[in-house]
Amino acid sequence: MSKFEKKRGKSSPAISTASLPDIIFMLLFFFMMVTVMRDSSLKVSVVTPSATELTKLEKKSLVNYLYIGKPTAEYVPEAGNKSRLQLGDKFADTDDIPLFLENHRQKVDERQRGLITSSLRVDKATTMGIVGDVKTALRKSGQYKVNYSAKKRAE
Amino acid sequence: MAKKSSRDRLSNEVNAGSMADIAFLLLIFFLVTTTIVEDKGVLVRLPPWSEEEPDVLKFNKRNVYSILVNANNDLLVRGEPSDVESLKDDIKEFIMNPKKREDYAESSKDAIVSFKNDRGTEYEKYLEVYNEVMAAYNELRDEVANSKFGKDYEFLDKNQRNEVKEIVPMKLSEAEPTSFGEE
Repeated sequence: MSKFEKKRGKSSPAISTASLPDIIFMLLFFFMMVTVMRDSSLKVSVVTPSATELTKLEKKSLVNYLYIGKPTAEYVPEAGNKSRLQLGDKFADTDDIPLFLENHRQKVDERQRGLITSSLRVDKATTMGIVGDVKTALRKSGQYKVNYSAKKRAE
Repeated sequence: MAKKSSRDRLSNEVNAGSMADIAFLLLIFFLVTTTIVEDKGVLVRLPPWSEEEPDVLKFNKRNVYSILVNANNDLLVRGEPSDVESLKDDIKEFIMNPKKREDYAESSKDAIVSFKNDRGTEYEKYLEVYNEVMAAYNELRDEVANSKFGKDYEFLDKNQRNEVKEIVPMKLSEAEPTSFGEE
């Protein structure tokens, strides 16, 4: 009888939650490392195609993003249902590209300006017409390093 | 008695029970405001802009591997209908020309891949073809690197890379798209 009581008495302490904050902080730091602040909300829907010969974009500060795709449902009245270009967080035309590139270039350290890459995030159903126009605009404004954003293809 | 209890209170630790809640709040904030971006893609170097049309005629016809993709996403490779699956091996054979065929490239240094599409071509198809061309060149460079230095191309140092690049230079020419099938 006495044996039973003793055992029950010993097993009663609650589990210590003192290390719980540490665990949560670890999770927090993990997410802070692997994610990036969302800089612009997408107004066009972009599903990138898949490819095998991929290169990783190294420095985030040296990359500018150009989105091309069909406007999402809520922007159809404003922008129509044809493929559009999005620069920053608004719809744009190919004429706006030089200014957009220049604005980004100003933020980058002078010595690193040659390393700036343009990431083209293009929806896979887009036709090449608008993509070709954007490419021409990029070439005209001297931005030759281009990355066609793509997913890794499972083989 | 009352004195003792107040001293007890002084020595009490700060309650850390709410620390987890605060950390959770921060965690959720970061989960909402950030994204995991897949920052990978096919890296391309565009040619500088020039107003005049490039002169295609100066190249020997046997050295040019022309790929045309039309608005229906069909491929025309050197005048023959073709498909994406066979493209990579075909390009590799064209560039290296191991059988010394008359209609394939004179040498790997002279080989040029020319790529043209319509304005109506789907971007997915375009990138697929582009990817195959890149894959062909990358595999050839790996093969050359392996036979010369016994290592894959990506593990070579700068001088060795340049040597391999000289043997298999990537000459990819993209023509201006023809305006068919614009949406």
